[in-house]
Amino acid sequence: MKVLVAVKRVVDYNVKVRAKADGSNVDLNNVKMAINPFCEIAVEEAVRLKEAGTATEVIAVSVGDKSCQEQIRTALALGADRGIQVETDGQVEPLVVAKLLKGVVDKEQPQLVILGKQSIDGDNNQTGQMLGALANMPQGTFASEISVDGDKLNVTREVDGGLQTLSLNLPAIVTTDLRLNEPRYASLPNIMKAKKKQLDVYTPEDLGVAVTSHLTQVKVEPPAERKAGIKVADVEQLVDKLKNEAKVI
Amino acid sequence: MSTLVIAEHDNSSLKVATLNAVAAAQAMGAGIDILVAGANCGGAADAAAKVPGVGKVLVADNAAYEHQLAENVSLLIAEVGAAYDNIIAPATSNCKNIMPRVAALLDVAQISEITSVESADTFKRPIYAGNVIATVKSTDAKKVITVRTTAYDAAPAEGGSATIEAVSAVHDAGLSSFVGEEVAVSDRPELTSAKIVISGGRGMQNGENFKLLDGIADKLGAAIGASRAAVDAGFVPNDMQVGQTGKIVAPDLYIAVGISGAIQHLAGMKDSKVIVAINKDEDAPIFQVADYGLVADLFNALPELEAKL
Ligand SMILES: Cc1cc2nc3c(=O)[nH]c(=O)nc-3n(C[C@H](O)[C@H](O)[C@H](O)COP(=O)(O)OP(=O)(O)OC[C@H]3O[C@@H](n4cnc5c(N)ncnc54)[C@H](O)[C@@H]3O)c2cc1C
Ligand SMILES: Nc1ncnc2c1ncn2[C@@H]1O[C@H](COP(=O)(O)O)[C@@H](O)[C@H]1O
Repeated sequence: MKVLVAVKRVVDYNVKVRAKADGSNVDLNNVKMAINPFCEIAVEEAVRLKEAGTATEVIAVSVGDKSCQEQIRTALALGADRGIQVETDGQVEPLVVAKLLKGVVDKEQPQLVILGKQSIDGDNNQTGQMLGALANMPQGTFASEISVDGDKLNVTREVDGGLQTLSLNLPAIVTTDLRLNEPRYASLPNIMKAKKKQLDVYTPEDLGVAVTSHLTQVKVEPPAERKAGIKVADVEQLVDKLKNEAKVI
Repeated sequence: MSTLVIAEHDNSSLKVATLNAVAAAQAMGAGIDILVAGANCGGAADAAAKVPGVGKVLVADNAAYEHQLAENVSLLIAEVGAAYDNIIAPATSNCKNIMPRVAALLDVAQISEITSVESADTFKRPIYAGNVIATVKSTDAKKVITVRTTAYDAAPAEGGSATIEAVSAVHDAGLSSFVGEEVAVSDRPELTSAKIVISGGRGMQNGENFKLLDGIADKLGAAIGASRAAVDAGFVPNDMQVGQTGKIVAPDLYIAVGISGAIQHLAGMKDSKVIVAINKDEDAPIFQVADYGLVADLFNALPELEAKL
């Protein structure tokens, strides 16, 4: 089966992002960019399906300006077969990404689409579910285990109360949680090979999608500061402070 | 202004998160109804009808909604929600699963995990693991919103008498089915609504050592949480993870034990009223957000703490 994986270019997870002083946006000057960690898990899962003989082809798709080709190349180095960039001016909101991905789904007809559960920049947790609705496909979100079972997909999901297992008709959508797998590192030869793999570029018009924004960011600001705390000398002092100063126990 | 609040419940009772969402809905104005979708969910519907300030409770009671399958419930919410200006749900794992589908069906954006209502169309929400607070304005006529439950004190549970109305629409998309679940059973309070939370990290070394937190949690009536590292290492189950991509908590007291304080962990607990950190590394970043920091080996400090409480 054909597997489509959505990968997003985001700030590296180690970076502590700050709001610009004038509140116009976040300061991303000279900040390290990377593939969204949940998308890395998505690529790994797709590649494992291919290695297991379940998947026949893995296609990595990213929506964004030309710079996101870097993350598509990363996915290709990790084992995806070919890439698709959907060209937009910078970041677009989840509903638009979902519509563009729906356009790619219509073109490629994958049996499985794997996305991250959440982008670590916008913390939206929306795109996979939206794609599910637009493509009328079932979804297994926050997946910690998946297995193909004939024309069905079993998905174990991380939910508030523990774990839940669903059976989905294929084609289906999966969004990854942290425990689904541990992504591999790309080897140097694979990074070299990835440069030669096919990477197609589509415009939203090619996919018949109008990019209209529903949200505007009015401003950004830093969160409320916590006032500086103190170090206590020992457990006895800690208990005393909690009882008599903070009065929380 | 009319708002439909989506109930989080277990069919027999209403989850507190619903009341947090009602509080956010109240910030948007009057005219609040609650939708309870489930199977044999009369208990939850009765509880919802007691929430003060609620006009009607709409109840869709059908086997198709028993396990909250997103494919089915989203169709229901999109249909019922067509008549409302706002559709609001708590940002529980269940509603995070369903609501974006609703938004896409209605062709509107979703505004995730709002922490403040600035006006009818403008909201605040944390982005970048809570390092930045964004103010966003929606141009959609209808708003689909999830609420960060820690940002809103729960609305009162008792005192109202809303009318209960049955919704007959049955949506079974036929795309998915429930196979099973492993639900953690615990006598402790729920992590997201507990007044006190004590969490262990990689410093706990193994699952067995988490027992060192039990006695303290018993004495304090606390819930027990964990860092991602502790969950990944298999010390404790996934539903205990606190953080950017786990559960968001803001108790009166949060005690972090053997947790370094990575931004992803801080994102899930730094709005707690009082933070205590116990860590043997005096430079651990967790101390930067701790009101009371104790530099100590947890294997000495925890038994002593339990004894002194
Ligand atoms: C996409 C993504 C999402 C993530 N989401 C989350 C999330 O939701 N929640 C989360 O927590 N993390 C999350 N993380 C992981 C996060 O980056 C950190 O790796 C994790 O929080 C570290 O856990 P820890 O503090 O327990 O472990 P470590 O960083 O290894 O820290 C262990 C601490 O224990 C202390 N210690 C060790 N032994 C003792 C002892 N005997 N006594 C006292 N102290 C001791 C050490 O000094 C150290 O500070 C995420 C990461 C990514 C990339
Ligand atoms: N611009 C994008 N390009 C490709 N995939 C994306 C993009 N935005 C979001 N996604 C996918 O959707 C997932 C969830 O993102 P979000 O809904 O923004 O939290 C990500 O992990 C990606 O798999």
